[in-house]
Amino acid sequence: MSGDHTYQPSNAFTRWLDERLPIMGIVDHMMDYPTPKNINYWWTFGGILSFCLASQIVTGVILAMHYTPHVSMAFNSIEHIMRDVNYGHLIRYAHANGASMFFIAVYIHMFRGLYYGSYKAPREVLWILGVVIFLLMMAAGFMGYVLPWGQMSFWGATVITNLFSAIPYVGDAIRELLWGGFSVDNPTLNRFFSLHYLIPFIIAGVVILHIWALHVPGNNNPLGINVKDKQDTVPFHPYMTAKDGFALVLFLILFSYFVFFNPNAMGHPDNYIRANALVTPAHIVPEWYYLPFYAILRAVPDKLGGVIAMFGAIAVLFILPWLDRSAVRSARFRPLYRQFFFIFLACCLGLGYLGAMPAEGIYVIASRILTIYYFAHFLVILPVLGMIEKPKPLPESISKAVLDAHGGSASANAAAAPEKR
Amino acid sequence: MAVTDTDEPTRRDFLYIATGSFTAIGGAYLVWPLIDQMNPDASALALASIEVDLSSIEVGQSMTVKWRGKPVFIRRRSAEEIEAARAVPLSDLIDPEARNDNLPDGSPADDQNRAPAGKEEWLIMVGICTHLGCVPKGQSMSDKKGDFGGWFCPCHGSHYDTAGRIRKGPAPQNLEVPVLTFLSDTKIKIG
Repeated sequence: MSGDHTYQPSNAFTRWLDERLPIMGIVDHMMDYPTPKNINYWWTFGGILSFCLASQIVTGVILAMHYTPHVSMAFNSIEHIMRDVNYGHLIRYAHANGASMFFIAVYIHMFRGLYYGSYKAPREVLWILGVVIFLLMMAAGFMGYVLPWGQMSFWGATVITNLFSAIPYVGDAIRELLWGGFSVDNPTLNRFFSLHYLIPFIIAGVVILHIWALHVPGNNNPLGINVKDKQDTVPFHPYMTAKDGFALVLFLILFSYFVFFNPNAMGHPDNYIRANALVTPAHIVPEWYYLPFYAILRAVPDKLGGVIAMFGAIAVLFILPWLDRSAVRSARFRPLYRQFFFIFLACCLGLGYLGAMPAEGIYVIASRILTIYYFAHFLVILPVLGMIEKPKPLPESISKAVLDAHGGSASANAAAAPEKR
Repeated sequence: MAVTDTDEPTRRDFLYIATGSFTAIGGAYLVWPLIDQMNPDASALALASIEVDLSSIEVGQSMTVKWRGKPVFIRRRSAEEIEAARAVPLSDLIDPEARNDNLPDGSPADDQNRAPAGKEEWLIMVGICTHLGCVPKGQSMSDKKGDFGGWFCPCHGSHYDTAGRIRKGPAPQNLEVPVLTFLSDTKIKIG
């Protein structure tokens, strides 16, 4: 797919540049990149996520100009940003809510991949790179949340770094290495700031690999069948740039609602209390986007077991392409998988709810049931479905399916060949 | 590089492998300072010890002091609390070890090994839940003290008894008893 088009420099300068650095060819490929013409709005989240990353980097670099990473000054420097710095409140709210919006988009992007089987051959590496980006995002989000040095920052950092002490024998040494002391303190804050600034650029690097791995096999599509010929695709520009742009505008309306009208809706009021090493808040909760994993951590009545289950919940995503044995990608043609997909979605939302509830009584029991289901979905249900499920017949081609759905008239045929523009 | 057609290793093979090994080991040595800089620095290691005056604590009251950045719980236990802790058979404990830095490792977690010898009234421990490092509730009279009347960690629901031993919940160990000395009947040194 990536070799459909060969770039021809059009003038003396681009010819000169192309012989030295063939970068115009990449730009040209990006514009002409053939995308399946049936991809729907769930496919626009890749572009939205690129925007989120860029937005977080721009607002983050600006915030770092005004922030002080020191335990006695960090909390005040955030208030300084909020009250004194020109537009500081806006930039900080855009950054804090931007993190939440980033995770909303990434979760939709991931569940889209699960529904349409986008992780299956030949896109395994694409999927794995995506899980790597997800892990890096979680690390960046966690360290960023520590920087304001409020109560939730401090105790969130304490709980998460203590996870590593569950590792047998070397756990305590690793924990001290992370802290740079005997508790979460100034060295911890300093290094978190340093790493929080670094990780987005690592993410940007992995995103380039992710897009590269996308452009080799090309996009999956709602039918989950391979592109057969040019009739099945449209060029990325202007078709997908326009569609992605429109979806981005809708997404930005939601983003703006939070930034301008409800900027603390997804935050926690306790983080406006300065960090205090002697008082744990009555109810520690992580940011909403970690809640399902936090629920899994608390569901296991054993320290090491809980940590293993929590990391295992993400690790299992890495081997997902080999757990799902079905040759059919899209859930549209997998009647049983489609039902289990929605049960799994409900299971994840349920875990998210339970992660926010106190760790007692019925909540603990429910978390245990859903944790078992979470793992059963990947380790039992998917492999078994691959063996017993009878998929519905697949359409012959993307083009034919599109025409059948829209009456298949002559005018539809003309519209179906926009590459002859 | 170093491709030969002979079965016998040549002088060049040896030099090739030796150079590679030397570079790998040298590289590994170079990485260590980059990792070790993250460990606690000299200022953090300068072991601070603190002295605490206990004379203002009445029976049944508690006090929290800060030592090496962590809270230390000091509780003057009532006779009932001591009795409740002593009545517990060792087989009921999740963690059978005393976790008392003043005693050899592996001492059993009976009440006498948790409190200072001859001063059973006083229970002095690092107030950090051994699960994920929260500060358990139970120091204030109005706090929830958990199912065993000692301390309760609100983060993930660990219950500690009146000798600071884990009895229920995800925490794996009893609360740590720091190294301490009684300087007089009402004064202790921690650390």
